[in-house]
Amino acid sequence: MAFLNLKSRLDNGSDTTLTRLPSGSFTLDPAGRVVASTLPRSVPAQLVQLVSQSVMATFESARGAQLTLTELVVDFPAFKVTARQLRGGAIIFLAPQALRQR
Amino acid sequence: MAERPKILLLDDDQELLDVYREMLSNLPSRPEVRIAASGARAIALLESEPFSLLMSDLNMPKMDGLQVLTVVRRKFPHLRTAVMTSLADTQFRTRAYAMGIDLFLEKPNTPQEIDMFLQCIDSLLDRNDADTGFRGVQSKSLMDIIQMESLSHSSSVLKITNGSLVAKIWFQNGEIIDAEAPEVKGEPAVRKVLSWKTGAFEILPAELNRSRKVHTSVQGLLLESAQAMDEAQANQVNPSEPEPSAPGAAGPESPLSPLTRFDGVEFVMTLDEQRGKAESWSVENPQRLADWLRDTTRRFQILGESLHAGALKQYEGLTSQNHLVVVPRGEVTLCAGFDRSPGTDAVRETSEKLVALWLS
Repeated sequence: MAFLNLKSRLDNGSDTTLTRLPSGSFTLDPAGRVVASTLPRSVPAQLVQLVSQSVMATFESARGAQLTLTELVVDFPAFKVTARQLRGGAIIFLAPQALRQR
Repeated sequence: MAERPKILLLDDDQELLDVYREMLSNLPSRPEVRIAASGARAIALLESEPFSLLMSDLNMPKMDGLQVLTVVRRKFPHLRTAVMTSLADTQFRTRAYAMGIDLFLEKPNTPQEIDMFLQCIDSLLDRNDADTGFRGVQSKSLMDIIQMESLSHSSSVLKITNGSLVAKIWFQNGEIIDAEAPEVKGEPAVRKVLSWKTGAFEILPAELNRSRKVHTSVQGLLLESAQAMDEAQANQVNPSEPEPSAPGAAGPESPLSPLTRFDGVEFVMTLDEQRGKAESWSVENPQRLADWLRDTTRRFQILGESLHAGALKQYEGLTSQNHLVVVPRGEVTLCAGFDRSPGTDAVRETSEKLVALWLS
C-alpha cells in the first residue's frame, strides 16, 4: 500500500535546487561588464559571468588568430548562445533548446 | 547462471528510496538494489563497486541530479543511467537526454504507471551493452525513445537525423499523430524511421494544431516494425539506408578532398587530439588556426558541462568574409570555412551536408 502514498509525497514540491537554463539577452561593455539585460533576476550572476567570459575570450582570441569575428553561435543539445560584437563589447542571446522554434 | 544486475538508486528522500528498492528488487531479473541519499555518496559507491544502472532523482539539495549525471557521464561513460523525477518539465528532460541518459521517467503514481515504470527499468537492465542503436548524443534505441515519449504522455516533435536524412514524428499526449520521412508520410514514415540503425535525435516543442494522420497505437506500430525487422533479417535483406551519393570519385590526394568539393568551401581543417595530428586544406596559417580551435573548443566544452546543457554540438563564427563552422566529435574536430556571400541559411545547409559526409 506504500504506493498509494507516493502521489501525495511527489506533489509536495519540496525540492527547489535545480536551476533552469535562462532565456533572454544581455549586453556587455568592452570590459565584459553587463550593462543591460532582459534576463530574469533569478538567473545566477555566476552563470551570466561564465557565458560572458567564454564569449569575450573567444572574440579576443579570434582576433589574435587573425579572425575578426562579428558573430558567434554556440550550439549545445539543450541550449544555444548567440553573440554579436558591439563596439568592443557584445550582445548575447541565450535560448534553451527545448523552447527554441526551428 | 547469469549475474544479478546491480542498481544504484539516488534520491534525497529516504522513504521513497525504501519504496523503490522494494519495487525494483522484485523485478524478474532480481537485481541487487543499493541506495544513496546524496550525490556524493552515489559517486563514492560507483567508484567502489560496479553497477549496471544508476537511477537518479533530479531535484536534490547540494548536488542536483544534473550535476551528478555530469560527473557520472565523465567518470563512468558506459554506465546506464535513468532519471526518475516528479518534474514534468520539457527543459529538464531535454537537458538530461542531452547529457546522454538512457531513460527519463516521471515518478509513477498509479498502479499502471508503476507497472510501466518497472517494465522500462527491466528492459533497460536486459539490454546488451554491445547493442548498436541510437548513440549520438543519447545512448538508446529509437524504439525506446518512442516508447518513452508514449509512456510519459508527451506532446512533442521528435526529430531524427540519419546522415543527410531527416524525419519527424509528432506526438500528442503520448500518441503518434503524424510522421514524415524522406518521400513518405504517416504510418509508412514511422516504419521507415524505425528501420534506421543509427542516428541522432532531438525533441522539439509540440505542434498542437497538427492534424492526426496516424491512427494506429504506438504499441501497434512498434510491434509491426519489430515483426518487419525480424522478417527482413530472416530473409537476409540488409535494411540499412543508402548513404548519400558520393559526388564523383574522390581524389587520392588528401582525405579532406571530398569535403572541399562542396560549393563555397574556402578552407578545411581537422584536428585529431588523440594522434596529435592536424590536416588542412587552403588554410593560410594552419598552426594559428589549430591553436585557436583547440582553445575555443575546450572553452565551450567546459561551458556546456558547467551549464548541464549537453556535449558541445558545434559552433559558428562569422567574419566579414567567411562563415566558419566547427564541429567537435570525440577527439576529432572539423573546421570548415565558407564564403559568406550566399547567405547564412545557404551556408548552413551546405555545412550540414559537409558535416554529414565527414561523419560518415
